[in-house]
Amino acid sequence: MNISLIKPNKENLTSFVSVGILLIFIGFFDFLANTFFNWNFTGFLPDRLNYFTPIIFGVIGSYLIRIEFSGNKLLDKINNNFNSSNFNAALSLIVIFVLIKFIPALLNWFIFDADFAGNTKQDCTSDGACWVFVKVWMNRFVYGMYPDAEQWRINTAFFMLFAIVGASFFVPTKFKKYLLLFLLFVYPVIGLKLIAGGDFGLKYIETGAWGGLSLTFIVSAFALILCFPIGMFLALGRRSTLPAIRYSSIGFIELWRGVPLITVLFMSAVMFPMFLPDGTYVDKLIRVLIAITLFEAAYMAEVIRGGLQALPKGQYEAAKSLGMGYWRMHLLIVLPQALKLVIPGIANTFLALVKDTPLIFVVGLLELAGMVNLAKTNPEWLGMAMEGYVFAGLVFWVICYAMSRYSQNLEKKLSTER
Amino acid sequence: MNFKNFKLDFSNKNRDLIPQVLTVLFIILVVIYFATNAQNNMGNRGISFGFGFLSQESSFDIQFSLIDYDGSHSYARAFLVGLLNTILVSVIGIFFATILGVTVGISRLSQNYLISKAAEWYVEIFRNIPLILQIFFWYFAALRALPLSENSISFYDISYLNVKGWYVPKFIWTNFSVFFYSVIAAIISIIFVSKYAKKQRDEFGKQIPTLYISLAILFGLPFLTFLIGGVSLSFGIPELHQLSKTIYVYKGGVSIIPELISLALALSMYTATFIAENVRAGILGVSKGQKEAAASIGLTKGQILKLVVMPQALRIIIPPTTNQYLNLTKNSSLAAAIAYPDIVLVFAGTALMQTGRAIEIISITMFTYLALSLSISVFMNWYNKKMAIKEK
Repeated sequence: MNISLIKPNKENLTSFVSVGILLIFIGFFDFLANTFFNWNFTGFLPDRLNYFTPIIFGVIGSYLIRIEFSGNKLLDKINNNFNSSNFNAALSLIVIFVLIKFIPALLNWFIFDADFAGNTKQDCTSDGACWVFVKVWMNRFVYGMYPDAEQWRINTAFFMLFAIVGASFFVPTKFKKYLLLFLLFVYPVIGLKLIAGGDFGLKYIETGAWGGLSLTFIVSAFALILCFPIGMFLALGRRSTLPAIRYSSIGFIELWRGVPLITVLFMSAVMFPMFLPDGTYVDKLIRVLIAITLFEAAYMAEVIRGGLQALPKGQYEAAKSLGMGYWRMHLLIVLPQALKLVIPGIANTFLALVKDTPLIFVVGLLELAGMVNLAKTNPEWLGMAMEGYVFAGLVFWVICYAMSRYSQNLEKKLSTER
Repeated sequence: MNFKNFKLDFSNKNRDLIPQVLTVLFIILVVIYFATNAQNNMGNRGISFGFGFLSQESSFDIQFSLIDYDGSHSYARAFLVGLLNTILVSVIGIFFATILGVTVGISRLSQNYLISKAAEWYVEIFRNIPLILQIFFWYFAALRALPLSENSISFYDISYLNVKGWYVPKFIWTNFSVFFYSVIAAIISIIFVSKYAKKQRDEFGKQIPTLYISLAILFGLPFLTFLIGGVSLSFGIPELHQLSKTIYVYKGGVSIIPELISLALALSMYTATFIAENVRAGILGVSKGQKEAAASIGLTKGQILKLVVMPQALRIIIPPTTNQYLNLTKNSSLAAAIAYPDIVLVFAGTALMQTGRAIEIISITMFTYLALSLSISVFMNWYNKKMAIKEK
C-alpha cells in the first residue's frame, strides 16, 4: 500500500472525509449503545480493549478528516478547534464522552428524578434529590433561629440596603456622595438596631439566634466596610518613612497574615475574654466581627500597598510640587489611582472574606453552611447531606461568581488606559 | 518657671517624632492593659502562666498518628502528633494541587475548545465555593456514600476502598536503614555527576547523557542493596476479617482514614484552581517575541519550551504559587471541622479543653503557623532575589 493513500490529502477530500465521519459515527454509536442500552457490539474483542473501541474508532476517523486548508470552512474550523493533533482529538472525544455519560445522570438527580412536593422525608420516594428537605428548612437556612414573627425586621433591613444601592444608580452624581456616606456611617447603625432590637418597642433578639444566609451577609458586609479603612491605614503605615510606625504596621500585618483564620477565631472565643477585666462580656458576634475585620484588614493592606507601589513616582512628586501635604496628597492624588489599580485584588479579598464566613461555626454561630450541618443531623432528616451541601454550594457559588464578574466589569469601566 | 522661652517646636524633626511616640505608647498601653487583665483573671481561676503542663500526661487518644502515641504520652508529644498530621495533609495536598493545577492551567491555554472550556469551568466552579463546604461535601456526602466494609471496592485485590477509609498494602522492610542510606548516596552522586557534566559541557562542549546516568544510579544503587545489602521488602496486604455477625474490618495494611482523604481532596482541588490561574498567567506573561526569537535561531519546539519559555514563566509562576502552598497549609486547619486530628483539633481543641490554658495553647498554635509562614516567606524572598533578572 502506498503511504500517500493513508495520509489524508486535499485531492481525495470527499472520500477521506466520508470514511472519517463514518468511523467517528461508529465510535459514537458504540459508546451510546454501551451507555444507554447496555449493548456492547465490540464485546467479541479481548477484555479491556473493547472498552476503548469508541476512542480508537474516533481517533482514526479524526485523523482521516484532518486536512489542512481543505477549503471547507466548517471542516477547517472543526480541525482547528477540536482536532489539531491525534492527542487533541482523543482529548476532545474523551470530554464529549464524559459529558454524555454524566450530564443526563446529573440532570436526572437534580431535576427529573427529584422530589419537590411534600413536607416530610417520606415524601421523597424517587432516586433523585430530595429538595423537600431544602424547602422545609428554607426558613432556617435564610434566617437561622431568628423568631418567625420578627423576620420582617431582617427583610426590611436588607430591603433598605437594596433600595439605597439601587437608588444610587439613578440619583444625580451630586447626591451620590451623600448616599455613600449614609450607606457607610448611618445605615449600619440603623440596620443593626433593627435586627438586634431592644429599643423603640422592638423585641431584643440575642445574636445567638441570628443565623443562616442573613448572618453570612451581615458578617461579610460589616467586616467588608470596617476592614477597608483599617487596611488603608496599615498600607500607608507600612510605606511610612517613620520607623516606629512602619515596623508596627509590618508586625501587625505579618502577624495576622501568618496564622489561619480558624486560630484567630479560636483566639477570639477562648483567649480574648481572658484579656478583658473580669466580668466584662463582649457579645460573641462582636468578637467574631473584630477578629475577621482585623484578619482581612491585614490582607487588604497588602493589596493596597501593591497599588501604592505600582503608582509612578511622578504622581507623588507632582502632588508635592503643588504644595500638597501628606494627607491631601494621599487622599486626592495617590489613593484614588492606587485603589483603581488594585480592584481585582480588592475583589479577591472580599471574595475570600465571603468564603471565610462559614468558619464562624467555631464560636457556635451558624450561618448557611452551619445551618445545613445542623439540619442534616436532625433525626427526621438523616441522609440529606448531599442535598444540603449542594444547595449551600450553589448559593455561595452564585454570590461569589456574581461578585467576581462585577469586579471584572468595574475594572473595565474604570480603566483609563486607551 | 519661665514660660517666655517655651515654644512648641513644630520643626520637621519633632513633627516626625510625635506620631511615633504616640504609636509606641499606644501599643505599650494596650499590651499592659491586656497583660494585667490576663494576670488578674488567671489569678482568680487559680492557674499560673507557664509551659510546665507540656510535660504532663495527656491521657487522651488520637485516632490517627504517624508516630507512636497513646494517652500515657505527654502534651508535647500530642502537639508533635498534631503538627505531623498537619504537615502530612499539607504535603499530600500540595503534591496533588500542583499536578492538577499545572494540568488545568496548561489546558486553559489549549487550542482545543472543549479542553480549554472544561478547564475554565473547573476553575470557576471550584474557586467560588467555600473550601469548608467542599470539605463537608466530600466528608459528609460523597465519602459516606461508599459501600460498607464487606462490599468494598477492590483495586486488583490488594487495595480496598470503603466507608471506613482506604486500605492500602503496608511495606514491610528488613534493614530499611541500608536502603535509606543507599538512596541518599545515590542522590549525592547524581549531584556530582550533573556538576561534572555541566563542567564538561561548559569547558569542552561535550554532551554527557546526564538523565540516563542519573536514572541508572537512582534505581541501580538501591537495587544493589536488595542483592547484597540484605534488604528485603514484603507487602502486608489488607484482609477482611469478620468480628461479629455484621461487623467486618480489614486488618493488615495501612488504613487511610476518610477524614484525611476528604481533606486532601478538597484542599488540592480548591488550591489547584489558584495554581492553574498562576500557571496560565505565567505562560501568557512570556512575550511572544521571545518564542519567535528562539525559533529564529533554530531551536526546536521542545527546546523553546525547556530553555526559553519555562525559565521565564517559572519566574512569574513560583512566587504566587508558594503563596498558595502557604495558604493550603493554613487552610489545612479547617481539618478541625471534620475531626481530622491536626494541630488545631488536637492542641487548640482537645488539649485546651483538658487543661484550660487558653493563652499558652493558642499562642503556641499561632506561633507554630507563624513560624511556618515566616520561614517560607524568608525563603521566598531569598529565592526571588536569586531568580530576579539581573539587568546590566
